[in-house]
Amino acid sequence: MIDLANLPPVAFEEFRNMIVSAVKAGARLNALFGAVLPKAGAPGSDAKQVTGDLRLFAVLAQDSAGTLNVTSTLVGDAYPALTPDCPQAHWFEREIAEQWGVKPEGHPWLKPIRFHRSYREGRDAWTRSAEIAIQPGVVNFFTMTGDEVHEVSVGPVHAGIIEPGHFRFQCHGEKVYHLEISLGYQHRGVERALVGGPDKRTIPYMETLAGDTTIGYALAYCEAVEALAGCRVPARAQTLRAIALELERLANHTGDIGALAGDVGYLPTANFCGRIRGDFLNMTALICGNRFGRGLVRPGGILFDLDETRRMELSKRLRQAGEDVSNAIELLWEAPSVRSWFDNTGTVSRETALELGLVGVAARASGIERDVRAQFPSGIYRFAHIPVSLYHTGNVFSRAHVRWMEIQRSIAFIFDQLKVLPEGPVRTPTGPLAANCAVVSLTEGWRGEICHVALTDAAGRFAHYKVVDPSFHNWMGLALALRDQQISDFPLCNKSFNLSYCGHDL
Amino acid sequence: MNAFSFIPLLLALVLSPLMLGVINRTKAFFAGRHGQPLLQTYFDLFKLLQKGVIYSRTTTWIFRAGPMIGLAAILTAALLMPLGKCPALLAFPADFLLFAGLLGLMRFFTVVAALDTGSSFEGMGASREVFFSALTEPALFIALATLVRETGRLSLSTMFGQASNAHWLHSGPVLGLVVLALVIVLLAENSRIPVDDPNTHLELTMIHEVMVLDHSGPDFAFILYTSALKLWLLGALALGVALPFSSGNPWLNLAMALGGMFGLAVAIGVIESVMARLRLRVVPQLLIGAGAVATVALILTLK
Repeated sequence: MIDLANLPPVAFEEFRNMIVSAVKAGARLNALFGAVLPKAGAPGSDAKQVTGDLRLFAVLAQDSAGTLNVTSTLVGDAYPALTPDCPQAHWFEREIAEQWGVKPEGHPWLKPIRFHRSYREGRDAWTRSAEIAIQPGVVNFFTMTGDEVHEVSVGPVHAGIIEPGHFRFQCHGEKVYHLEISLGYQHRGVERALVGGPDKRTIPYMETLAGDTTIGYALAYCEAVEALAGCRVPARAQTLRAIALELERLANHTGDIGALAGDVGYLPTANFCGRIRGDFLNMTALICGNRFGRGLVRPGGILFDLDETRRMELSKRLRQAGEDVSNAIELLWEAPSVRSWFDNTGTVSRETALELGLVGVAARASGIERDVRAQFPSGIYRFAHIPVSLYHTGNVFSRAHVRWMEIQRSIAFIFDQLKVLPEGPVRTPTGPLAANCAVVSLTEGWRGEICHVALTDAAGRFAHYKVVDPSFHNWMGLALALRDQQISDFPLCNKSFNLSYCGHDL
Repeated sequence: MNAFSFIPLLLALVLSPLMLGVINRTKAFFAGRHGQPLLQTYFDLFKLLQKGVIYSRTTTWIFRAGPMIGLAAILTAALLMPLGKCPALLAFPADFLLFAGLLGLMRFFTVVAALDTGSSFEGMGASREVFFSALTEPALFIALATLVRETGRLSLSTMFGQASNAHWLHSGPVLGLVVLALVIVLLAENSRIPVDDPNTHLELTMIHEVMVLDHSGPDFAFILYTSALKLWLLGALALGVALPFSSGNPWLNLAMALGGMFGLAVAIGVIESVMARLRLRVVPQLLIGAGAVATVALILTLK
């Protein structure tokens, strides 16, 4: 957390040079966003009213040192884009252009990403008229021309029950030259709705940013609020939060490995993992009564304590599920027909992953040591370490294998924590939030790094709230994984990333 | 022609959807699930026949004719296929050429009906189907030629009538290889794992299923029934070679053949339960392998 007074806007040139040189030196762009902050001397103004200069904020992480840098600058109607020198900014700058109607000049492929009107009335980076409705997906796409090439478009309505997204493949026969992904169908305007908070609606919004990452998001939010309020969470609550976060990881990783098996038609693992995923979800329900952990994590602690009988029950169920999941997943590694698919599909090289700034399972599967729990630990992770699960090949097998290692390590972690569960209360009251401050909160959700940035106004309310889902970094990784692959391999590659649509669309 | 020769046709018409039920129940058993009812395919057919049909404005008469021609072709083929020792309704020299030709005709119309929709998915499915069937057809023909050499008969009914346990004793390797080739042909032609996954909803990976995405109602019922019959007929072909034993009693022979058919369905279910499907680029290797196996069998008969 820092006081905004200590974060004066720097000149744009300095801002740009700092980001570009830091990223070249190995830093990573966690977040790059714009915000219009209310003037310090104008109290009582409506927080949602947007007037004044646009200020860009950048959060840079040095993974190996475990440090974060925040910098900011003011921009007018246009500015020289960072993307040509820093590909990680690519998606962020499209977002800024769409949200605030400024133009990053020289951006190589400037398109809207969520298809909504700009937050500032009358401004539009593409000078679209206010009368014409903006429809998701109605935009230019990359094209390839020639007699023998063809284009396949999939979605936003899919054959299975999955979230909506649109995929365009440029193919020659079965070979994919390029995949372009167009999202935005689930844009709900959450970030704007959070401004002026926290209020009664804030926590339900957080828990449903991406429904499969309820604990991860609620935790990132609560840690931000606790930092702003200067509140210390009791040790017992911190441990139980970490247990819930790892249970969420277990359920989703198990489900993902089952789904990968299902995509290649390998039924035993698909069926077993589908059931065991339910077992893990039920363990979360054992703690708080909800399979996805809704209503568990709250600012200041948690709402449900784990009594002795349920602690024993949780250990017992976890032991059983741990054995079951081992059996189910070992079957997968032993099937040659599965290995031949997994080993040769959807490779993302370490260089590409670094350049795109991938996070989470996708980054670790490309051999990048990047895990918030180890590098930016908070809560109980400062004292109880989980080794970073790494594999180097960058293909579907690698992503499945990293998940499998994380499953084993999460189970061991939960056992350890259940044995040494500290005594004491599980919640303390939070005070009012500090005024005119900025806070960055990082959590390693099961998909990867969740980054929340909250800026407060003079009254201690949210003047701006920025959410960066791991999927926001990783969708481009999926697009590049498909290059030179068979189009029939797409479902498997997609499942191996398993990115969030609603977490991206917000 | 005697009264008996109606039996294979009747059994094929009545029991072929049950094969799919047996396969699905076997898979459900391996998955630890209860599974769908054995008669589900009949329910589906009944339900589809009650429904209306939707035709895209971009399609022509070819799209509408596809399912009907497919069904007509497979019904004609059913006239030619004996069941174990029980001869077929029609038998004449080289009837197996007509049998293979009818399968080809059916495929041709499925493919052109798929292309008629102009959908990129169906185009991909059609291209895969044509490529893979170009590789399975040689395997089928060489396997049939081997049977002709082996039994010295020129029609399917007389071939299977002539085959006996003596053949397994004398030239077991030949029959074994032919059965292997025919089973691979069977799996490929009926879009089963490891070539295709009949349960997938992923339109980018499908072969056969993706070509029929736009068919609905009774048209789709025809397609479903056609594929059930195709599975039955190719199963009967493989079975006739695998179990050429005669007990002397025609009813007992028939019971044995039926047992064999459902045993085959269980075997398909087991295969689908224990292995993943192959990547599309590996599938041709399997199909060429089937052709090679059949060729080795043929060479062995040329002594």
